[in-house]
Amino acid sequence: MWRQVTSPRVLRAILPAASFVILLAAIFYVQPRAMSYFGMNLMLQYTVPIALATIAQMFIITVNDLDLSIGAFVGLTACIGATLLADSPLLGVLALLACVGAYAALGALIYWRNLPSIVVTLGMSFVWLGGAVLILPTPGGTAPGWVKAIMGLKTPVVPFPIIATLVIGISVHLVLMRSSYGTVLRGVGGNPRAVKRAGWSLLKAKMVMYAAAGFFGVLSGLSLIGLTSAADAHIADRYTLYAIAGVILGGGEFVGGRVSPIGAIIGALTLALTGSFLTFLRISPDWQIGAQGGILILVLALRALIKRQEG
Amino acid sequence: MNADRLEIVTLQGVARRFGAVRALDGVDLSVLRGQCLGLVGHNGAGKSTLMNVLAGTLNADRGVLRIGDAEVQGFSAAVAKANGIRCVFQELSLCPNLTVAENTRIFHAALSGRGWRGRAKALIRAKLDEIFPGHGIDPGDMVGDLSIGKRQIVEIACAFTQTETPLRLVILDEPTSSLDAVTSKQLLEFVRKEVDGGLACILISHVLGEVLDYADEIVVMKDGLIVAQDDAATFTRARLVEAMGNVAKAADKDVEARRVIRGNAPVVVQANAGAALTAHQGEIVGLAGLAGHGQTKLLLDIFEATGSKRLATRVEGPVAFVAGDRQTDGVFHRWSISANVGVRSLRRMVRRGVIDPVAEAVMGDEWQRKINIKTPDMGSNILSLSGGNQQKALFARALASDAQIILMDDPMRGVDFGTKLEVYEIIRQEAARGRTFLWYSTETEELHNCDHIYVFRDGAIVADMSNAELTEEKILSHSFQETA
Repeated sequence: MWRQVTSPRVLRAILPAASFVILLAAIFYVQPRAMSYFGMNLMLQYTVPIALATIAQMFIITVNDLDLSIGAFVGLTACIGATLLADSPLLGVLALLACVGAYAALGALIYWRNLPSIVVTLGMSFVWLGGAVLILPTPGGTAPGWVKAIMGLKTPVVPFPIIATLVIGISVHLVLMRSSYGTVLRGVGGNPRAVKRAGWSLLKAKMVMYAAAGFFGVLSGLSLIGLTSAADAHIADRYTLYAIAGVILGGGEFVGGRVSPIGAIIGALTLALTGSFLTFLRISPDWQIGAQGGILILVLALRALIKRQEG
Repeated sequence: MNADRLEIVTLQGVARRFGAVRALDGVDLSVLRGQCLGLVGHNGAGKSTLMNVLAGTLNADRGVLRIGDAEVQGFSAAVAKANGIRCVFQELSLCPNLTVAENTRIFHAALSGRGWRGRAKALIRAKLDEIFPGHGIDPGDMVGDLSIGKRQIVEIACAFTQTETPLRLVILDEPTSSLDAVTSKQLLEFVRKEVDGGLACILISHVLGEVLDYADEIVVMKDGLIVAQDDAATFTRARLVEAMGNVAKAADKDVEARRVIRGNAPVVVQANAGAALTAHQGEIVGLAGLAGHGQTKLLLDIFEATGSKRLATRVEGPVAFVAGDRQTDGVFHRWSISANVGVRSLRRMVRRGVIDPVAEAVMGDEWQRKINIKTPDMGSNILSLSGGNQQKALFARALASDAQIILMDDPMRGVDFGTKLEVYEIIRQEAARGRTFLWYSTETEELHNCDHIYVFRDGAIVADMSNAELTEEKILSHSFQETA
């Protein structure tokens, strides 16, 4: 039994959750008042948009690509949400749909011309940012009332951010990990030639994954303005790296289609909590990013150790 | 004849080129219902290309493909699949990040909707149990965690599973290459049973015993052509080897007369791969056998052992490596020809801490003259050269360096005949000057340039012979296993 628990495969699966629990315990130890409905809500409210952006990144990583534009894209959708969507809902919905369509088109282009996704998305990040500045030159706008209402939901007993992230994680898990087409999509990351030989369209698979990433990017932007109630073109610049780090922290790998939606959510939560933890430790915000990086390196080093045991 | 002897697939005059290489040069073949067709041939004979054409993963440049009686235009993997043609490829085509059952799902579009997971598990488990009793694989196992042999088992079982389209032809390319004797036998017995039940099967194997024992008809390929085709009963092992080989060959008297080095000159390389390999100074040592049987690995071991004091492998003197896979291991794509030649000798060209461009150009021009690289300007990009001349540039890189031992990893792949002869001459001259060559080659004619030849099989040396003892039959019979 003990042998089974300490097998590398099990350890690897447990690691994301274990780092999250340890971090949470450390926070409660340093700041016992965080252990309340209000405290948890405050501490975790920003995890919803980060979790959504992480899921978007995870879809791209599943098919062996990397999206360096997700932060700028979330910024753009936030700006659209705080202006167009609030002023003329129909136009706003159309604009957001066009954003999702643009992502699908990017996936098609990357597959069709066999381009490196890093280069394409890095270029697109400036396009998204430019678009956001055009729509909202100075910080401002107002989030639509219904978005604020959803994000401000007061759920009984368990705070809203926990329920929301759980729902996101489980639903993505069902679609990507359990459904039959989701299996094909993950297969594209594992061995694209085999999937192609079996008669599936790789073009379609890439487009579906990029469109899904675009859709979750839109959700991330909207949930973000639901919390801030105003928008800014640069509101989510950090999300690109948060999202990548979240996927990797959650046990995903850059190549080979090895991803885990639940893990990615836990990774996003862990990243968000490190911010709070460092604040509670009275570490100045200047050092926080560096300290976050330190925690990231620690967890990844642990994983590398486990992997070495495996090999 | 009668309905039982219907053709499943017929090829007529099918040809396929890769650049200058004619992989298939007009092949006529038909596969009948209830027939197991054995396909043998040396490396590069065109077996795998033929199989890829049948599986729809490669398109023929010309020729006709018929399924039943109907000629098919725009044949593809999907069309092949819809007609019940399956293929187990040599390199594994499973997704390592998915479970066995999930890989079955990738194979079958029909496995979807509610409860697909359970159906996929039942399907693959039943087939595994049927072909490989006692396989020890669970449908929930992650493929990446399985051993190579088990992955091959899964892949084969997967190819034999059926959902909506009935199975008509299964192509097995080296199916037993990573299986042990017991599972190989299980598979071949199963294939025999299915063929007797009406399935057609193409069995490609380097284990001649398997083909002789289990095929109804044997096809021998060589240089993109079918050179022999007959009932399996009429073939013997000797006749197969003879049909695969090149009977006519020019004995190179020069080479034989020239040297009796073994035993006289000092030993410069000593390595071990199942049996000992030694190379003496000024010797040309050939590494023979089928592709991928450990020759490249040994060359790399020797390369890495240079200068270190490891006990197993001893190397005296500086070493240079001539890559066979030019595009990935050889040329620097964005550099000039001169820079590509000079990169192994940079230390000699450094003036005050930077590379002297004049010295580099001088070296480039010198070697252009010496080995006749056909270009107006050694300063132009390496990719402007033809394949053969790129290979010459790689030889120049090794020969221009201070290396005394030169390792060659099947460097003549895809090089035209004229260039080959020029390079052979250069190698002989350099050997006469005291340089030692370790030469891995898949072409038996080339081995006649070597003084001593080691034959590899399954990662180990299984035979060695001097130039005088060398015959193609000997190499072939050592390369192919006796039985399964």
